[in-house]
Amino acid sequence: MAKEILVGKASDFKEGDKKIVPNGKTSEIGVYLVHGKWYAYANLCPHQGGPACEGLLMAKVEEVIAEDKTYQGMRFNHDEMHIVCPWHGWEFDIADGQAVADRKWSLRKFEVEVRGEDVYVIA
Amino acid sequence: MDLPTSDIHKQAVKSLDTTSLLTNAARQRDARKFETFPIVDVDCHHYENESLSEIVKYIDDPVLKQMGMLYTGGGTGGQSPLNPGGVGYQDVSGRVTRYPLRKTETTPGDDQHRDVHLSLRWMNAMGVDYVCLFPTPMLSLGLHPQPEVEAGLAKAYNRWLLENITSKEERIKTMMYVPFSDPEAAYETVKEFGDHPDVIGFMIVSVRYHAVHSNAYMKTYALMEELGKPLGFHSNYNWNDRLVGNSNRFLVTHALGFTVYNAVHLCNWVVNAMPERFPKLKTVWIESGLAWIPWVMQRLDNDYKMRWSEAPSLKGLPSDYMREMFYTSQPMEIPDNPDVLKMTFDMINADDQLLWASDYPHWDMDVPSVIYDLPFLDERQKRKMLGGNAIDLFNLDVSKRFPNYKPV
Repeated sequence: MAKEILVGKASDFKEGDKKIVPNGKTSEIGVYLVHGKWYAYANLCPHQGGPACEGLLMAKVEEVIAEDKTYQGMRFNHDEMHIVCPWHGWEFDIADGQAVADRKWSLRKFEVEVRGEDVYVIA
Repeated sequence: MDLPTSDIHKQAVKSLDTTSLLTNAARQRDARKFETFPIVDVDCHHYENESLSEIVKYIDDPVLKQMGMLYTGGGTGGQSPLNPGGVGYQDVSGRVTRYPLRKTETTPGDDQHRDVHLSLRWMNAMGVDYVCLFPTPMLSLGLHPQPEVEAGLAKAYNRWLLENITSKEERIKTMMYVPFSDPEAAYETVKEFGDHPDVIGFMIVSVRYHAVHSNAYMKTYALMEELGKPLGFHSNYNWNDRLVGNSNRFLVTHALGFTVYNAVHLCNWVVNAMPERFPKLKTVWIESGLAWIPWVMQRLDNDYKMRWSEAPSLKGLPSDYMREMFYTSQPMEIPDNPDVLKMTFDMINADDQLLWASDYPHWDMDVPSVIYDLPFLDERQKRKMLGGNAIDLFNLDVSKRFPNYKPV
């Protein structure tokens, strides 16, 4: 049966913030506010079990390829933010939790509900 | 502290605490009851560069020692007279956060060395009982243009390591660094340290351009064989290599470098029939993963059948000899099709020859569950690969932690 976990006050989050909350005694959930949207994922990397949500939030890296197909460098694309597992660097798309290098792997996703000022994750 | 990231603002991160970072590893340890059988990590690391000012005091050569003390004391600008390692960023530009945060971790200011404290933290979190500890920047020392520097620094490091680390913690062992650029120094290293109880074998860093089959090394191999301790080849990357460094991405020079250096040495070791010359000297191929082994087996066997006259001292196929060698598992490739990995295990006789290794704290480390959770292994096989095979190979005494241990 699903349970609600109180994360905190919505006003305590600013853009790009996260909070990791306990989900029982042996797991946690990372809750994020990115681009004005709420996301929640298990703090457990599908690779080797690392605490993915304890890692950095990084923008997608893109190559800049000119019309003549020449390489012009790299840039960050802040429209796609990645959760980066601190154990090995696996990157996950904040939008759906999928591993960007191989999208059949993903973080377990949870629903987030904001009621009034309170933020809940449904676990 | 703040780490610079892609974001407009920096991200605040907590100081590093290894035990906390590895909380999920500890959960795996408890769920799988790792405390019920011995786990041996055949390849893990410390950062000896952080103790270099202590190590250089052990150098014999007074001129080299003075240079080392100056360099590790006041510094001499951007250059290093001791470390030939080149460019690299294993931490994926800070994404593997234990690299940039490493200096923020605190340890008790007691008599125990910081490296012992840090090692025990991750060992305990993963459920590892015994380790073979190796250096980090010194894995590039085989490239040093001055053989006498490799010899002098290796001897100092070996002495320092035994005196300050392994002798202070019985769970930490080492395979002694062999300064291969200087054949006489290599021999003297084995002679000086070979009997030491904390020395469970000998280690040659693979990133170098010396031929393992050179006559200059035969007396050293003979001595290792006589001592009954194995010889390991520890691989590394080298972005300055003109072939495997011929890439603009670290991904490539890492993926190829760590395998190709060991592949070259292994091929020369086999076709020159070193296993026939030294039948009791066991070899361990360290930190190249596993996928390269079936490749080399097939290539060597195929060519050997057409060019037998170039390897006339072999009494079997190259792959027959390779099946009697030992391999550390990390970084173990996880192919989408598990049959591929199972086939690799079968080809290398993993039941008896595979040795789990973490490589912690390096960026591509493996936790014990990479072996323990494989669906095609039974409990006995898992325990052998995670510890039993290493205990047999190194004749490890595990009685303090497992008084009733019996070979798996």
